[in-house]
Amino acid sequence: MSERKIRILVAKPGLDGHDRGAKVVARMLRDAGFEVIYTGIRQTPQMIAEAALQEDVDVVGLSILSGAHMTLCPRVVELLRAQGQENVLCIVGGIIPDEDVEKLKAAGIDGVFGPGTSSEEYVNFITSHVRVPA
Amino acid sequence: MNGSEPRTVIAAATSAAALVEGVLGGNRLLLARAISRVENQTPEASALLTALYPHSGKAHIIGVTGAPGTGKSTLVTALAQSYRAQGMTVGIVAIDPTSPFTGGALLGDRVRMRALAGDEGVFMRSMATRGSLGGLSKTTGDVVTVLDAAGFDRIIVETVGVGQAEVEIASTAHTTLVIEAPGLGDEVQAIKAGILEIADILVVNKADRPGMDRTLRALEMMLDIEGNGARYVRHHGQLLRVESPVESDDEDRRWKVIVMKTVATDNTGVEELRQRIEAHRHWLVESGELALREQLRIANTLENIIRAELNRRIAANIPAGTLDELVEQIRHRKNDPYSAAAQLLSQV
Repeated sequence: MSERKIRILVAKPGLDGHDRGAKVVARMLRDAGFEVIYTGIRQTPQMIAEAALQEDVDVVGLSILSGAHMTLCPRVVELLRAQGQENVLCIVGGIIPDEDVEKLKAAGIDGVFGPGTSSEEYVNFITSHVRVPA
Repeated sequence: MNGSEPRTVIAAATSAAALVEGVLGGNRLLLARAISRVENQTPEASALLTALYPHSGKAHIIGVTGAPGTGKSTLVTALAQSYRAQGMTVGIVAIDPTSPFTGGALLGDRVRMRALAGDEGVFMRSMATRGSLGGLSKTTGDVVTVLDAAGFDRIIVETVGVGQAEVEIASTAHTTLVIEAPGLGDEVQAIKAGILEIADILVVNKADRPGMDRTLRALEMMLDIEGNGARYVRHHGQLLRVESPVESDDEDRRWKVIVMKTVATDNTGVEELRQRIEAHRHWLVESGELALREQLRIANTLENIIRAELNRRIAANIPAGTLDELVEQIRHRKNDPYSAAAQLLSQV
């Protein structure tokens, strides 16, 4: 009677406190049937990696509007890897300039989503890139 | 939006033996994975629990329950910090509801628990109810067993925000705190049956808010009526509440449920609450009540396992389509649910 749900951590690293986007996405993911662990604002990369570890999530979703994504996102990826969490999908949502998208991917971010991304896009991306063992 | 095709991730495959070793050896990553196996009831979950069970039984389990918005998460955080100041390690399981419509859940207890981040002596796990209605999820007790085996001194279980009848926590925890806040209801709410009856300690949090005195009075009145200090015994697998006969049980030896005031946001009353929990633990041991509650807890666990397994076997033995067929018969009043159930079970 195995019951396996995809678990997603939604976190806002850094200092901007605009959490509406993160909350809307968290709600969207909840409505899509995922288990969403919402951590709230002003999270350090250490806090995010540690929460991801304790919660044993499949996906870490970072919401950033501050412009600090090039510093914070690679740091989260680094910490996740250092803890042995290579198998966690790491995605970013927010205001990310086009020229930074490839750089973030090179730094280990699996997906970048801008404003206006639909629920379907998120859900399709997650379900097609997280494989749940039977 | 994505140029190169992103990778696909698969959850790490760790053997049950490695997970057991990790849990007992203090590896947090493997502990987290072991908890997932147990929560997801994967095929190796029962082997995992079988191996870990002998190492459990040392932690004191504290249940925290109460209506939504009474400040449970904040109080749990403050309590955990108070235990940490004593050099004790703390495991936390916090439960939030699963949507009955989508099966999804938003687990938000971490928002209030940021003060615990970065502390290696704390391990916090959020769980969704996944369809359970008693205030916990089906596997909460098993997850507590894993944390217990991992060696945490105190394990705090925070239920979903509950109403009046979700009393499952009392059969999981050694010490149950029921959290109230000022202004939530009148005296009649306080004398209704249910959640207040399971409290070992009643806490009025947000004690700096208006309406405090009234809430306090109502709860204290309730305790007076109750005949404070009733005991629980097991009777044919049921939790039975008995008022102890006066002659055989002098006042001092009974546990007194008292109302405590806290303001979790600034730690007011939290240290006193921690001491009261420890006093309760002490009383449980001294009075022999601990053994009784352990019996109850184990009987409960056993019953749940048996029931789940029976359900599984019955479901596996019912031929596909039979259930739908019976439902149709019943709908047309050609059969009734009672006979149909009997028919079905006689075939299993």
